[in-house]
Amino acid sequence: MVSKPVISAAEAAAMVRPGQVVQVGGFLGCGSPDAVLAALASAGVGGLTLVCNDTAVLDEKNGRVTGVAPLVKAKAFSKVVVSHIGTNPETQRQMNAGETEVELVPQGTLAERVRAAGAGLGGVLTPTGVGTEVEKGKQKLLVGDKAYLLEEALPGDVALVKAKKADKAGNLVYAKTARNFNPLMATACKLVIAEVEELVEIGAIDPDQVHTPSIFVDYLVLSKA
Amino acid sequence: MIEYVENKEVIAKRIARFFKTGDVVNLGIGLPTLVGNYVPAEVTVILQSENGLIGLGPAPAPGAADKDLTNAGAAPVTILPGGAFFDSATSFGIIRGGHVDYTVLGVLEVDQDGNLANYKIPGKMVPGMGGAMDLTTGSRVVIAATTHLEKSGASKLKRRCALPLTAAREVDIVVTDVGFFEVMGGKFHLIEYFPPYTPEWIQAHTDADIVVREGCAACEF
Repeated sequence: MVSKPVISAAEAAAMVRPGQVVQVGGFLGCGSPDAVLAALASAGVGGLTLVCNDTAVLDEKNGRVTGVAPLVKAKAFSKVVVSHIGTNPETQRQMNAGETEVELVPQGTLAERVRAAGAGLGGVLTPTGVGTEVEKGKQKLLVGDKAYLLEEALPGDVALVKAKKADKAGNLVYAKTARNFNPLMATACKLVIAEVEELVEIGAIDPDQVHTPSIFVDYLVLSKA
Repeated sequence: MIEYVENKEVIAKRIARFFKTGDVVNLGIGLPTLVGNYVPAEVTVILQSENGLIGLGPAPAPGAADKDLTNAGAAPVTILPGGAFFDSATSFGIIRGGHVDYTVLGVLEVDQDGNLANYKIPGKMVPGMGGAMDLTTGSRVVIAATTHLEKSGASKLKRRCALPLTAAREVDIVVTDVGFFEVMGGKFHLIEYFPPYTPEWIQAHTDADIVVREGCAACEF
């Protein structure tokens, strides 16, 4: 097996170019690649489109700031494609002020759109959102007598994912609920950078336990380098 | 004269009585989470959390929180023996695929056609739908949990929702702190009332069509 380059968080951040679509794993910050996100905030890249479950938690009064929240505050994103912004008041402020475009997507639909992009599908048919604002501008199709929305695949330029453990080939194992969108995003982007807490030798992970096969991963970053 | 006093505990207690052993249940953030505290000891439900687990356990002991193990509200949780973790696509496959028996959600408005609004007040507050649209679409039984009146005294049960919908015609059951309703044929059917409230009080204080079902009974807690 070929080993993948192990790079620093700063080197990873430098690979993200202005205007790109960046998919970031994590659910309210649980399972987000925090070291890479911190480096990206320092790098000051702007004009990005974020694809993420949510814009994480920005609650500075109580000292809780997670995931992509600092990047939202730094206005790194001109657009966010997420299912939830309720725990980041800054996203709501930027949306109401017309500074950032917010596309709200039902969580299950977001997962399937990302999965579809990685699986070579043009999109998926889902009943979720029929009869709501979500159906605006989308094709509605009947299969049998049930209505579905055509939700298009959502590919990205760069995936920033977080795993508990990798081997040097780039096979990834996630931990508990820190898995969430990470394995989906690792399939859906041209460039995949995986931040990991632990790096082991090739062969040290049982192939039956691999969540993301190594072929999806381009670079590895250690959380605590 | 009956004075309305908000009582979330009653709502949670009544909803907890719907479940039987083996039911797969998703509890939303806020009031619905309280339901978990009142499931009878002889009933074992399987709690699903849309961020990627079944077998949700109680909050961890102080100091035992695991940064990689949270519920869908980012609070530290535990997992019970026999539980399982999965990614978000699998989680919503479980949800949309009809493998969740009950979903319990909070409400901004719910109407007599089973429409529910809880994710957006245009121009004011837009938290987003998160997993709520998938949960209401896919779950076998959708339970709306809400106080009966707003702080202003306005009825949370409506003839027609004015806010953007989270779910179109998906709500099966509404439980408030004054009674339990089934949504059927474009009306709320009162199945149980919770004293001191009476069916007459409920009809007078709800801005919707209410049918008092034959056999409608008082429920004590």
